[in-house]
Amino acid sequence: MSEFLEFRGVSKRFGAIQAVDNVSLEIRKGEFFSLLGPSGCGKTTMLRIAAGFERPDGGRVFLDGADITELPPNKRKVNTIFQSYALFPHMTVRDNIAFGLVIAKRPAAEIDREVGAMLKLIQMEDQAHKKPDQLSGGQKQRVAVARALINKPDVLLLDEPLAALDLKLRQKMLIELDMIHDEVGITFLYVTHDQGEAMSLSDRIAVMDAGRIEQIGTPAEIYESPRTSFVAAFIGDTNFLEGEVTAVEGEYCCVRIPGFPEVSCFNDKGLQPGNLVYLSIRPEKIQISRDRPLTNTRDVNAIPAKVEDVIYLGSNTKYWVRRDSHRVQVMRQHFRFFLDEKPIRWKDDVWIWWSSDDGFMLERFRRDDEKLMSLPPQKVGEQ
Amino acid sequence: MNRKGEASSPRGSRFRFMEIIRNQRRRNLQEWLLTSPSLLWLSAFFLVPTLLVFFLAFRPADPYGGIGAGWTLNTLKALGHSYYLDIAWRTLWISLLTTAFCVLLAVPAGYALARASEKRRRLLLMLVIVPFWTSFLIRIFAWKSLLHPDGLVKKALDALGLTGPQTSLLYNAEAVLLVMVYTFLPFAILPIYAAAEKFDFRLVEAARDLGARPFQAFRKVFLPGIQRGLLTAVLVVFIPALGSYVIPDLVGGPSSEMIGNKIAQRVFVDRNLPHASALSVVLILAVLAPLLAILVLQRKRDKEKPQVIVQEDA
Repeated sequence: MSEFLEFRGVSKRFGAIQAVDNVSLEIRKGEFFSLLGPSGCGKTTMLRIAAGFERPDGGRVFLDGADITELPPNKRKVNTIFQSYALFPHMTVRDNIAFGLVIAKRPAAEIDREVGAMLKLIQMEDQAHKKPDQLSGGQKQRVAVARALINKPDVLLLDEPLAALDLKLRQKMLIELDMIHDEVGITFLYVTHDQGEAMSLSDRIAVMDAGRIEQIGTPAEIYESPRTSFVAAFIGDTNFLEGEVTAVEGEYCCVRIPGFPEVSCFNDKGLQPGNLVYLSIRPEKIQISRDRPLTNTRDVNAIPAKVEDVIYLGSNTKYWVRRDSHRVQVMRQHFRFFLDEKPIRWKDDVWIWWSSDDGFMLERFRRDDEKLMSLPPQKVGEQ
Repeated sequence: MNRKGEASSPRGSRFRFMEIIRNQRRRNLQEWLLTSPSLLWLSAFFLVPTLLVFFLAFRPADPYGGIGAGWTLNTLKALGHSYYLDIAWRTLWISLLTTAFCVLLAVPAGYALARASEKRRRLLLMLVIVPFWTSFLIRIFAWKSLLHPDGLVKKALDALGLTGPQTSLLYNAEAVLLVMVYTFLPFAILPIYAAAEKFDFRLVEAARDLGARPFQAFRKVFLPGIQRGLLTAVLVVFIPALGSYVIPDLVGGPSSEMIGNKIAQRVFVDRNLPHASALSVVLILAVLAPLLAILVLQRKRDKEKPQVIVQEDA
C-alpha cells in the first residue's frame, strides 16, 4: 500500500489565524482515515484544501501521484459530504443524486440505472420524488452519501457528517458508513471532533491541534501510546502526574513525583535524567484494593492513597483517590459478581498500583525552559 | 395565567377559556385600531378613486371637458385603434426590456453584495441607496444634461467618433430605456440581494464538488435558490415601468410615447376624462394580469410542496 492522497508541507492562513501549519500527511488507498481534533484545529480546512475549495498558501496536494493543488473542485476526482449535507432544496431526491451524472452529460438510460442502484443502496427507492425538506436527518444524510458516491470518486471527503444527528441515529449511521466503506472500497477522509467516531471507524487517525498534526497512528496506537499530552488528554481519560526523571535503568526510568515514592516507568521516548515529564496512566490501567499488593516493587508501582469519590456505573466503578496533592482517577471493571465483595467506600484507605509498562511519559519542558518562562519577556534574549 | 389553578379544577379551565376569548377579542380590536388609519387612507385615496376611474371609462365625454349623461362603450372600443395598439405595444416592450436589463444587471450585483465582506457590503449598499436621497426629477434632469447635444456623454462619444453630429442621444426610445433602467435598477437589486443574502452558498460548493463548472453551479443552483427574489424584482420593476409617465415625457419624444403620456395628454390637453379613464383601466388590467398569474403560480407551487414532516427512521 502506498500513499494515495498526499499533503506535502501544506499551510493555510486566514487573516491572523494560521489554520493549517506546514502539514504533511499521506493517506493510503482504500483507507478510512480520520482527522480528529477540537474545533478550530484546522481539520476542516485540510478537507476543504483536498476538495479544492481553499487554495493552500504553501505546499502541494497529490492524488494518485498527480499534483492537484491548482485544480478547481469540479476537476478533482473527490467528492464531499458536507456537515449540513447541502442538498439542493429545489430538487427531488432523485435529481439530487443524479446531479453529478447530469452535469457530466451521461446518457439518460445510464443515469436512470445508476440512480436506481444508488437509491437501492441507501434503501430510499420509495422516497425518490421527495424534496430534501420532507426528509428526516438520517435520510438527508443517506442522500448526501449517494449523491457523492455516484460519481465514483477516488476519495470521499466527509465533514463531520454525523454531527447534525441525534445520538441514536448517529450510532446507526456510524455502522452504515462503515458498511458503505467496506462495500465501495474507496478511500475515506473523515473529519470529526468526536473521538468515539474516529476510534470506531478509522484505520488510522491524525490528531490535530492548532493547525498541526500531533500524532498519526492506528486508534490503538494513539490511545495506548500518545506522543504528546494534548493527544493523551484529547483521546480518552487519563491521569497526569508532574515529575522529573531521576535515573535511567535500561529501558525503564525512575520518576520523582512530589508526594509519591519514586516510581518506575517504561522509557518509550528516550528521556534523560533531569527531564521534566508528565507521567500519565489511563484510569483502567490502575488497580485498586484495600490490601497492599503482593508484588516486587521493581515492575509495579504501589502507592497508598485515600478514596475521595466513588461512582458506581454498573459494569465498572470510578474512584478518585488522593495522594498528597494529587487526585488520581481509577477505573475498575467488574468481572465477577460484585455484591459478594466488600466494596471500597468513600474515605477508605487503599492501595493503588500499576505496572511500569502501563504508564507513559509525556515531555513537559526542560528546567532551562522553565527558567526562561519565569523571566519577564524582555529579558529572555539576554540569557 | 395561574397554571396551578387551571390544572386542579375544571372551573379553572373554563375561566381560562373565557380569558382566551376575551384576549382574542381585545387583540382583534387592537388590530383594527392599528390598521384602521392606513385602511381608511387606502380606501379614501386609492380604492374610491380607482373605482371612479372605472366608472368614468363607461361615460361619454361632453365637449366642454366634463362628463356627459348616460353610459357608453364607445370610448373603450376606440382603444382598439391601431394608433393605441402601437403605443400599447411600445409601452410593453420598453417595460419588458427595462425589466430584462434591470434583472440582468441586478443578479450579478446581488451576488457580489451577498458575497462581499461586511464592511464592503455596507459601502456597496450605500451606493445603491444614496441616489434615493436626491429627487427623482433632479436625477432625470441630470441625465438630460448628460445626454444633451452639449452634454458630457454626447461630447465624449463624439470625441471618440462613436456618434456624429446628426445622432441624438435624447428624445428617443433608447434614451427612455436607458433612464428607466437607471431609475428602476435599485428596485431590482434590493430584493435580489435580500434573496442572495439568505442563500446558502455551500450549495454552490456542493455543485462545484459534484463536477459543475462555475457558471453551471450559478445557473443550476444559485438562480433557482433566489427564485423568489427574482420574481419580486420582476414585479417591482415591470409594474411601475408600465405606468411610466415622467421619464418618457422628459427624455422621450413623440416616437417614444408610452400609455402614461397618452393618459396625461387626454386629461391635460384634450380634457377628455372618460378617454383617460379608459386608458387607465386598460393599464390597470395589464398590471393586474401578470400579478395574478404570479400569485396563482406561487400558490400552485406551495400546494405541490406538502408540509409533512417525515418520521425519523431510527
